[in-house]
Amino acid sequence: MDDSILLAHGSGGKLSHELVEKKFLPFLANPALNKLDDSAVFEASGRLAFTTDSYVVNPIFFPGGDIGKLAICGTVNDLAMNGARPLYLSLSAIIEEGFLLSELEQIMQSIKKAAEEAEVSIIAGDTKVVNRGQADKLFITTSGVGIISPGVDISGANARAGDKVLLSGTIGDHGIAIMSQREGLRFSMTLESDCAPLNKLVSQMLEVSSSIHCLRDPTRGGLATTLNELARQSKVGIVIEEVTIPVKEEVKAACELLGLDPIYVANEGKLVAIVDPADADKILARMRKNRYGRDAAIIGEVTKEHPGKVVMKTKLGPSRIVDMLSGELLPRIC
Amino acid sequence: MKFIDEYQDSKLARGLARKIAQRSTKTIRLMEFCGGHTHAILRYGIRQLVPQTVEMRSGPGCPVCVTASPDLDKAIALAHLPDVIITTFGDMIRVPGSYSSLQQAKAEGADVRIVYSTIDAVEIAKANPEKSVIFIGIGFETTAPTIAASILKAQQEKIENFHVLSLNKLTPPVMKALLDSGEVKLDGIVGPGHVSVIIGSHPYEFIPRDYGVACVISGFEPLDILLCIDKLVEQIEKGEPKVEIAYSRGVKPEGNRKAWQLMENVFEIGEANWRGVGIVPQSGLKIRGKYEQFDADKAFSVSLKPPREPKGCRCGDVIRGAAMPLECKLFRKVCTPESPVGPCMVSSEGACAAYYQYGTLENSQGF
Repeated sequence: MDDSILLAHGSGGKLSHELVEKKFLPFLANPALNKLDDSAVFEASGRLAFTTDSYVVNPIFFPGGDIGKLAICGTVNDLAMNGARPLYLSLSAIIEEGFLLSELEQIMQSIKKAAEEAEVSIIAGDTKVVNRGQADKLFITTSGVGIISPGVDISGANARAGDKVLLSGTIGDHGIAIMSQREGLRFSMTLESDCAPLNKLVSQMLEVSSSIHCLRDPTRGGLATTLNELARQSKVGIVIEEVTIPVKEEVKAACELLGLDPIYVANEGKLVAIVDPADADKILARMRKNRYGRDAAIIGEVTKEHPGKVVMKTKLGPSRIVDMLSGELLPRIC
Repeated sequence: MKFIDEYQDSKLARGLARKIAQRSTKTIRLMEFCGGHTHAILRYGIRQLVPQTVEMRSGPGCPVCVTASPDLDKAIALAHLPDVIITTFGDMIRVPGSYSSLQQAKAEGADVRIVYSTIDAVEIAKANPEKSVIFIGIGFETTAPTIAASILKAQQEKIENFHVLSLNKLTPPVMKALLDSGEVKLDGIVGPGHVSVIIGSHPYEFIPRDYGVACVISGFEPLDILLCIDKLVEQIEKGEPKVEIAYSRGVKPEGNRKAWQLMENVFEIGEANWRGVGIVPQSGLKIRGKYEQFDADKAFSVSLKPPREPKGCRCGDVIRGAAMPLECKLFRKVCTPESPVGPCMVSSEGACAAYYQYGTLENSQGF
């Protein structure tokens, strides 16, 4: 095998088979996939959740992760945000001609690691190779199926006045880590992307409370956009306090430098939970025991006032409306 | 890396706000020159912290906003020339010109690239010797030294395909133009922070001397701004307007001589066209004859259709402080950051963008 991807790797012929056998199967092996049938067959019963997402992040390697880890965590988290336990994923790769096989291998390795951590199996997949210039190195699409336990009802429409708003940790880490690597803007910092699978954190939260009303991961558009989505979907108002929102010093500094507000910067390993006030402290305590919820905080509450709007009490005291992200903050962060 | 929280302390801020409220008896109008100040004032709710007697207006301190339509049209026309790469700071590409935008030119096939520093533009020129690379030079005294440095670098390294379209502007002359017009009565000016790092505080002496208007130079953190407002109120209440620095960790009265010399070496002073204000003498920076090979105005010629302003857009009024963004009929209804009609809604330093992004419940019509 040569050291980079050739168009022939996507021809469906010998090289295609070799690519799958040498570069994909060794990392993903499981009984359903190993059969290499046209579709994977599995058993499941009960309420299922199903989701799909494409990943085109640039650069594909970034501090704290790469496009492979992101593709697994992103889809796992989308399932978890409905309270589902992720079971199976499909993975489809569109590879640009000339892409280095060593880099592909590195990405498959991190896919393997992320899937193992999240305890999901990748049971279906596909690869395509396109001409140089028709894709940027590597695009990945993952879809996922998860199962929802009886009694769990989590939706963006379920927030009620009086509920508490919880955030699982510091915001803006992913967006700033990516930005620090972008051409023309490279600045050196120790910050890493927070990219992580949150399904275990969610299942631990569900163990201690049956009153979790909404869960959402504040990815593109950041915390502000997610809270706006939830306020609109549930037709409630949300009030948050700026001082309670955890932000790392590096992120604060980079945001000051770049003129950004961390509440609009992307995350890939954080969640917002809207929960019954009676259970808020219990859930918070459980979150803080998980490594991905160590810095969790209660950042605000749901109100019947100003439905559909998010209001933030600023650090200095006065309040202002926090709108969704307008325009584009960064190209291709996920 | 702890250097921000100290300037955002809520107890100190409330203390300063109380002090301002105690001092302030007269109803006064202040103009914050910089768009960066407008953003900080709205982002942290400083308007709600200061007493009702203190009115705040935004001024012309947004480089993207003050770029006049004919200049923008020229940049867009240059983008359409064959074998040209346009390099520019990010916000510029979305600003609507008379007929198009750099973003639209890019979609139509022009090579338009966003850079974060002028030196990156020089690097692009170095990497593409068969193309002409034009940097759209906007900004005030803050960016001019770095643009001067890029021209010197191109000269030293004999990068002959690097050019600058110099639309750079100077701040004191436009302040004078606004004060001369008398359109908006001002009692005090929140002076530009970053500009003053370069030029110092002396160039503003004419403001209290000739116009009786107070001028205090401010940093961009909430406490900087509150301290500045406090000093302005104190001066105005006492009837003793003068130039003060409330940003001493950044600004020295004499400025940064080295940066100033760099600018003087490369640029000479000429007139400039300001959106909303018009031609202001002595307010523009032109590339000196000895560097004319780098001057895009000399190296390329483009023909332009007569400029036109978007109908109903009040960016010009907003830039002069003659209107507040909320007074524009297009605000939030037609003109939004997603589909901006005028530059003040595009730029991250634009007043309309600030008022759009940081609304309050009392002022939330259309949200």
